[in-house]
Amino acid sequence: MKNIKYILLGFYFGVVLVKSEAISWYRIVEMFHFQSFHLFGVIGSAVVTGIISVLIIKGVHLTTIKDEPIDLKPKPFLPKANFFGGILFGLGWALVGACTAPLFVHLGAGNYIIIIPILAAFLGTLVYGIVKEKLPH
Amino acid sequence: MDFLIDFFLKPMPWYYSGPLIGLTVPLLILTSNKQFGVSSSLRYVCSALKLSNKSYFKYNFKEQQWTLWFVLGIMLSGIVLFQLTKIEMGELSTNANQYFFEKEIEVEGIFPLSIFNWSNLLSEYGLLLLMGGFFIGFGSRYADGCTSGHAIMGLSLFSKASLVSVFGFFIGGVVGTFLILNYIL
Repeated sequence: MKNIKYILLGFYFGVVLVKSEAISWYRIVEMFHFQSFHLFGVIGSAVVTGIISVLIIKGVHLTTIKDEPIDLKPKPFLPKANFFGGILFGLGWALVGACTAPLFVHLGAGNYIIIIPILAAFLGTLVYGIVKEKLPH
Repeated sequence: MDFLIDFFLKPMPWYYSGPLIGLTVPLLILTSNKQFGVSSSLRYVCSALKLSNKSYFKYNFKEQQWTLWFVLGIMLSGIVLFQLTKIEMGELSTNANQYFFEKEIEVEGIFPLSIFNWSNLLSEYGLLLLMGGFFIGFGSRYADGCTSGHAIMGLSLFSKASLVSVFGFFIGGVVGTFLILNYIL
């Protein structure tokens, strides 16, 4: 039952992601060429909405619907890992024309060739876990 | 009814879809006390399947199981919107259309299956998918997040880690597009 909630939330996110067209290969290529404001507007307004939501949640000390206290923690700051990892991720985003969530939208949409970058992403995760200690963080 | 059909199937301006994406942040927090992020599902799957005994995969991964269900929901949205219905994408900018015209890439749907397909798997296009996918997995785990966890959730918390990561995402994206993609397409 608990898992159905996450499926529904993922479904909601998937639908609005599709509506934003951030799942379109053409839109990603367009964005990285700075040929349109569209996806910058999408990301920017999504962040602004997130910021306002977090400010409200913190400001009025909202609890979850089950009355649990909310504890929002930013991820640990690892300058080298964030920067170099970020660059590598961005490279992947550009080469496939999709980031992580859109990969799974493409799979659902029937663009089955996307299984190649999905499997490669798992391989990348696995290799990162193996070589992690040798990388600057 | 017509309004609903239009809402789901016709193109939507960014100032509606962007905030709707942002709402995923409070929805996950208020219903489930979870911080939004998609690429942690990659680590979860590798750990749950015990693909490696490295310490990176030995964490309290059961707590991240929800990301797998979340990703399943994302995939279902693709089935519903593209296979069960026919959703329309908006018009690209003139410059982008011109670019794809010059590269002889037909703008059709959300993915150019004319170049990325099984018969091109052993060409430079297959290599793009393979390398790109690898970097998505490797880079997102190295940076500790992807577009959802860093750009949307992290920036919403004014996290330094996310600011640096997102800066990296766009450097990598622009470099990859101008130096690699433009050359191969």
